[in-house]
Order: sequence, then structure tokens, then C-alpha cells
Amino acid sequence: MTSFILRMAFLLLLALPARAQEDYAATLPGLAGGFGEIAGAVERLGALGDPRALPVLQALQDGRLLKTADGHVLLPQGAGFVDAATGQPAEAAGAEAVRLNNRVRQALRGALGRLQLVSPDAAQRGAAAEAIFRSRSAEDVPPLQAAIAREQDAGVRAKLELALAAAQLVAADPAAKRDAIARLGAAGTVEARALLIEARAGNPGEAGAIEAAIARIDQSLAIRRAAETLFQGLSLGSVLLLAALGLAVTFGVMGVINMAHGEFVMLGAYATFAVQELCRGIPWLAPWSLPLSVPAAFLVTAACGALLERGLIRHLYGRPLETLLMTFGVGMIIQQAVRLAFGAQNREVISPAWMQGTITLPGGVAVTQNRLWIIVFGLLVLALVFAAIRLTRFGLEMRAVVQNRRIAATMGIRTGRVDAMTFAFGSGLAGMAGVALSQIDNVSPNLGTGYIIDSFMVVVFGGVGSLAGTLVGALTLGVVNKMLEPYAGAVLAKVFVLVAIMLFIQRRPKGLFALKGRAAES
Amino acid sequence: MPNDRFTLTRRATLAGLGAAIAPLAAPAIRPAFAQGAPIKVGVLHSLSGTMAISETALRDTVLMMVEWINGKGGLLGRKVEAVVVDPASNWPLFAEKARELLQVHKVDATFGCWTSVSRKSVLPVFEELNGMLFYPVQYEGEEESKNIFYTGAAPNQQAIPAVEYLMSADGGDAKRIALLGTDYVYPRTTNRILRGFLNSKGIGDADIMEEYTPFGHSDWQGIVARVKRFAGEGKKTAIVSTINGDANVPFYRELGNQGIKAEDIPCVAFSVGEEELAGIDTKPLVGHLAAWNYFMSIKGTPNEEFLKLWRAYIKNPKRVTNDPMEATYTGFRMWTQAVEKAKTTKVDEVRAAMIGQKLMAPCGYEEEMLPNHHLSKPVFIGEVQADGQFNIVWKTPSVVKAENWSPFIPENANRKK
Repeated sequence: MTSFILRMAFLLLLALPARAQEDYAATLPGLAGGFGEIAGAVERLGALGDPRALPVLQALQDGRLLKTADGHVLLPQGAGFVDAATGQPAEAAGAEAVRLNNRVRQALRGALGRLQLVSPDAAQRGAAAEAIFRSRSAEDVPPLQAAIAREQDAGVRAKLELALAAAQLVAADPAAKRDAIARLGAAGTVEARALLIEARAGNPGEAGAIEAAIARIDQSLAIRRAAETLFQGLSLGSVLLLAALGLAVTFGVMGVINMAHGEFVMLGAYATFAVQELCRGIPWLAPWSLPLSVPAAFLVTAACGALLERGLIRHLYGRPLETLLMTFGVGMIIQQAVRLAFGAQNREVISPAWMQGTITLPGGVAVTQNRLWIIVFGLLVLALVFAAIRLTRFGLEMRAVVQNRRIAATMGIRTGRVDAMTFAFGSGLAGMAGVALSQIDNVSPNLGTGYIIDSFMVVVFGGVGSLAGTLVGALTLGVVNKMLEPYAGAVLAKVFVLVAIMLFIQRRPKGLFALKGRAAES
Repeated sequence: MPNDRFTLTRRATLAGLGAAIAPLAAPAIRPAFAQGAPIKVGVLHSLSGTMAISETALRDTVLMMVEWINGKGGLLGRKVEAVVVDPASNWPLFAEKARELLQVHKVDATFGCWTSVSRKSVLPVFEELNGMLFYPVQYEGEEESKNIFYTGAAPNQQAIPAVEYLMSADGGDAKRIALLGTDYVYPRTTNRILRGFLNSKGIGDADIMEEYTPFGHSDWQGIVARVKRFAGEGKKTAIVSTINGDANVPFYRELGNQGIKAEDIPCVAFSVGEEELAGIDTKPLVGHLAAWNYFMSIKGTPNEEFLKLWRAYIKNPKRVTNDPMEATYTGFRMWTQAVEKAKTTKVDEVRAAMIGQKLMAPCGYEEEMLPNHHLSKPVFIGEVQADGQFNIVWKTPSVVKAENWSPFIPENANRKK
């Protein structure tokens, strides 16, 4: 009896590949059909477990799989093509690529996931686990259990276990299901929550356990959400800080109302673009184009600033209204000049790989890399400004001239030169802000106009002439804006912030950090 | 793409240069072979200011068509002359320039406007002076003037089929919709119509998210994170975007950075075409969708002829064609047919002759001017490809008649058809 069962099992095992082979050949023509048929064929190929399906599906994903008019599917091999069903070389003339839509891509992800579960590459196994998590079905349970048993990599194993829980949630075994619900609840991700909500309707028996798991996820999500909002606020704040730092020097320290400040930011962004284009021809330099842009943008905009100060602004000291009008005009000239030189269309500054994508901090808080780098950059620039003003001779002379120009002059300080350098420094900072903005905003001639109001707002709110005020002001505005956004929407949140600042300035005209003493009075 | 402060992208033509050359070019066309006075065509597109980037292409299209008709011996044996004015993206100036075209230059027909607000600004002028305007951009509907022919799509020719596609099996069976838009009349009206439509299909307000942002918005992290959360409720979610202008670039970048893939949360856009994609790295966008009535990638003789004409005129292989350009082309051809039929350029007679005009349009379908001054058009859903063109994944089996008064806006219920 036992031997009979064994023999039957053996026969079944032998028969299976033969049937699978037939199925493989029978399924292929589906790939030459409409989107619905392609999706169905992809799912079947994924379930067959035939090793020949893997290259076919990979070619399909890369858009290299061809179909002929009479329903044959051709697979690229070397320089030519082979018929995917027979493996014989085939003529590709007249064949066209099998096209994908999102439904096919979804099916493809699941099918490739199933086939790549045995891949020797840990990254591919991890991706396979994620794919199965998304497209889970009850049939995935045994292969996943087998994969977990032989998995060495802890990270991949965690992903596999999560995928197993997702598959067990849709499987029939009630004990495994309850266990899966608990494990999904412990995972605490939005995706796990979505699965649980989906499962809630079909499993009235487990409703209590599912609700508890969802509640548990919600709790951890709430904390994570608060952390993410804070990060978004800090990120917006750091952008404001960068845009406003230059102004904190030219307006805050020197008292020059420079309406062309936004245009200097824009010039910095275009300098980034120019450096990128220059580096493009030199392969070993190309990855460094963004770091190289920082000094380049600083020098370009500082030179423009020095030119503006020496050429025009110095003739208008003490006449704020004329300065405002004149710099406004200069801003328009710069905008139009850039439009003529680079064209009115936006320029694309490529983000290096280390600034793309998301990283997950401990605790599951996901932050986007470009924003993280901009926060770091903003703080570095702030440190630079602080050091320049407090620790260098240039900073000392600058403060002396601001406090009392005539006494400073009698001490042998060339006040005109200090004015030019201070203004150039502030303009250069605007250029550095432009480098950062090129990563998150469009590099277009009117890039600067969007930031000029915000910059003035930050400087006035923080307290004119106070670096600490600029920092605190920028971060406060950023965080408040992002906290309001989910409730009021992006447009209204901005309106609320503006109204709040107006009221605040009514109460404290000198801003958060008012300067005290004689210098502040004059 | 009617919008107000448009800062879009890659147009090789310099706006300022175009503004300087255009008025010079117009009088340079002399009626060398004309019998009688030339027929005048007004071109009312912004050649400077924020809209220049988009509208310059439409100015080029009209000038191309004028050259085309003159190459065929003119209209009614008379030479056609373009009068180009520059309303400079300034909405009140649109009305002034429209008046100038009609009263000073006495143009027989005008091709112009892009944003809904500019159209609303010139409408009373065209009605008062009985002019004829061809408006080539898809818009929110809720308007009908005897002096305007609308050659772009009405909401039922773009927005509603696109959402129907998202809700179909091929489109991903979406059960929750996030409506994201720029904050002005076109997205708000369109989304109002879509909400009515979704409600009628059993998608309740709890499954609809609606968010607006200012023009040129660049900080999308919060909104994209909220969409992600919105999608985490166990139902298939899709994004419907009426985001206009270059705010789209940081929006798509944020989608990519936060790992939202088209197969998980597809995003269908109503204002992103070949022009808009020409300067973006489209690899992370593959699979996201756009709904239009024309794509440059459409095959067939009518489109090949259109592309040939365009390439011969513009002499720049990088310049692409898009939906509003096709609508300008179609409007111009229909106008010439109507003038031939009426044997005059008088507005009242041409208007009567316009209704029922048919044309094999570059989209590959025969379009017809309906009595409501809108066209019957096919609808296409295209998927973004890595080369910045669209791969058509769905189309209507035949043309769709325009419904400029949407049945999904309750106030329209009493309006007689």
C-alpha cells in the first residue's frame, strides 16, 4: 500500500514537467494578444515554474520581446531572435514589440517574483519577496516557506516572512491566518494596513484580531506621520533658510533692499546647470558636478553682486526706495538676459544617484534623500556664514562698518571695499541656495521670483540683522506651514502663515530676535 | 491646458525674439497674386510673458497654415494674410488686442487664446463686434458663444473617459481617486464634474481626495505622502492630475522619489503632453498616463501629412507636435472649407457654413463641427514611454460628441439641450 502511494507520487512528479512543458508552449501565444490576454499568460507562466519562462518574462519587462503577426513570440538571443516556444532561430522581420500596460506590469511583477525566489542574488530575492507581498495568493505559501527555510540573509528573510504573512492571510488555514494577522500588525506599515483592511470584509471570524492589528498599526503610523511632518517642515524650512541667508547679509546687515536677490538664486541654479554641461564631456568628473557647482555658483553670483554694488547700489545708499526700484529693474534685466542666453524653457539639472529615492530611518520614518541633503547643506551654509561674520577679519570689518562707518574709516578700514565684499558675500550665498534649489525646483528664468517674498518674510520675521532669527524664523515657518497643510491645503496654509506673520509683526515690529542697543536704534 | 501663470518648459523659440520678429513678418507677406483685398486672419497668442512658451507653438501653427493655404492658391482666389498681435500673457490686454484685431485690422477670423481666463476676457469683445474666434485648447466647458468655435476637448471628451479607463479592468480597477490640481478655474470645474461623475458610479466622497496647489508649486512631499496614505485603505487608488505648467516636474520627481510606481498608483494627467515631457527625464514616469484627443505617435496618413507640413515649416527636427496644435490645424482647415462653401468671409454666413463641416483630422478620425460649436473627437489614453512619446493603450471606438454643458453639474439639469 505504502509502496503504491510512493509509486503514484513518483509518477505524478514525472508527469508534471511534461504537462508543464505543454502548458508553457500553449501559454506563449497569449503574449501576442490583447492586454488582458497578455496579463493572463504572464500569470500562468509565473505559476508553471518552467525555467524557460524567466528569460521570456524578463525580455517582456525590458520591452525586448517581439510578436509576429501569426502569433509567435520571439525572444532575443545574441544578435538574432529565437522562437520562444521551440528555441529555433527565427526571422524577426515584420515582428513588433509586445507592449505593456499597468495591468500587465502588475502581473509581470508577481510572476517574476515567483520565478526569482530561487535566485542566487539576495537583492533579487528581496525584490521577489516584495513582489509576492503585493500580488500574494494562497499558492505562494509553500514556496515561501521553503525559501524562508534556506534563506541566510536576515534582511531578505524579514521580507520573505512578511510576504508569507500576506499569502497566509488569503490562504484557507485559520491558525496560520491568525498568526499572519498578528505579524502584519507588528510590521506597522501602510501596505500591511491596506492588506488587513482588504481582508476584513472576507473574514468576519477574524474581525476582532484584524481590528486590533489595524489599531496597532495606526498607533505606530501616527508617531511616524508626526515625525515625517516634522521632517517635511524642516526641509521646507531649510529651503527658506538657504534662500534667506544671503538676504540676511545684504538686507539684514547692510540694510540694502535687494529685489534682485531672487535672480541671484536663479543665476546660481543656472551656474549648476552650466557646470553640469561642462562636466558632461569629462566622464570622471561628471559625478562630481554638483559639489563642484557650489563654489562655482558662489563665485559667479558674488562677482555679479560686487558688480551691482560697485556699479549702482553704492550711489543709492540711504535711499531705500530708489534702491528697491533700481534692484527690481536689475532683476528683470537679469531674468531677460538669462532667457536670451539659455532660452525660456526649463533646464534639467540631473540629480546624482545619492540624492534620489527614499531612505528609511530607524523606526520606519521614510525621508527622501534630496531633502535630507538640502537640510544638511542649509546647516553647513549657516555655519559658514556664522564663521565668516564672527571669526574672520572680514567679518570684524563688516560689523565695524555697519555699526559706525566713520569711526571704522578712521581706523583704516576701506569701507567702500568692505561694502562691496559684504554685498558680494550675500549674493554668493544666494548662488549657493540656487545650487540646492536646482535639485527640487525647475531651473527656469523665473525661479527666483517664487522665493524673493519668502526670503524677505523669513528675515523680517526672524528679526533684521539676526542670524539666529533667520534660522529660527525659517524653520518655524516651514514646520508651521507643513503642519497646517493637511488640514487647510497648500494654498490656504500659505495664506494662514502670511496672516499670522502680519499679526506677529504688528505686535513685534522687530521680529523674533530684535537687536538691542544703539546700533538697532539708528 | 488653460492656465493662468504658465511657466512651462522647452520651447526652442525665444519668446522675446518671437515677439520682435512676428510683427515684422506679418506685413512682409504681400498679396503678390491676389485678386481683390487679402483675407485677414488674426493670431491672438501670447508671444511674451509666462504663456509664451506654450502659445508660441500655436502662433507657429497658424502661420504654417497660412503659408499652406497660400501655397494652394489662397482662399476664394484671394491671398490670406496673418495679423499677429502679442497680448503678452496679460488677460485684460487680450481684450484690447482682440478689439484692435476686429476694429483696426478688420480680420475675418481669429485663432487664439490658451488659458480659460484669456478666453473669458475676449468673449464679450467678440460678441459685441460679431467676430469669429477659434479656441484650440481643451477646457472645462460650461460655455457656449455663437462667436467662438471650440476645437479642443470638452470634459466628456477627455476627463470622463480617462477616469472611466482608470476604473476599468485594463486601467487597474481603481476604486479610490485622488484629484490633484492647480488652483484656478479649469481644475476646479473639471474636478467638480468628475466628483459628480464618480458619485454617479458609486464612488462616494470618502473615496475621493481633492487637493489644490498654487501655480509653480515645488514642494510636493506632503501631498504625495498623503496620497500614499490615502492609497493605504485597501482599495486600488489612482491619481487624476489637473496640475498645470512646470509644477508637474517636481510633482513627478516626488512620485519617483517616494517610490510610487505606475502599476501601484497610476496617475493620469490632462495637461501633460509631448511638449511638457520633452525636457523631463521620463524613465521614472513610464506607465503613467495622459488623456488627449491627439498624440504625436498616432499612425496614419492624416497625421503623417500634418507632421510633414510641420517639419517643413519649422525646420527643427526636435520640435514636437501636440494636441492644441492639432486642434488649431483642424480649426483652420474647417474654416477654409466653410469659407469656400459660403463663398464669402462674412462672419454670419461662414458661421452657418461651419456647422456640419467635416475633416479627416490628424488624430485619424473624421471630426465634425456640431451645432454647439464644439467638435466630435476621439479620445486616447497614452502611456508615457522612456523616449517622451506616448504609447496609446486605449481609445474610444469612434468619435465622441462634445457635451459642453456637463450633466454632472446639477445646475445644468434644467438647461435645454
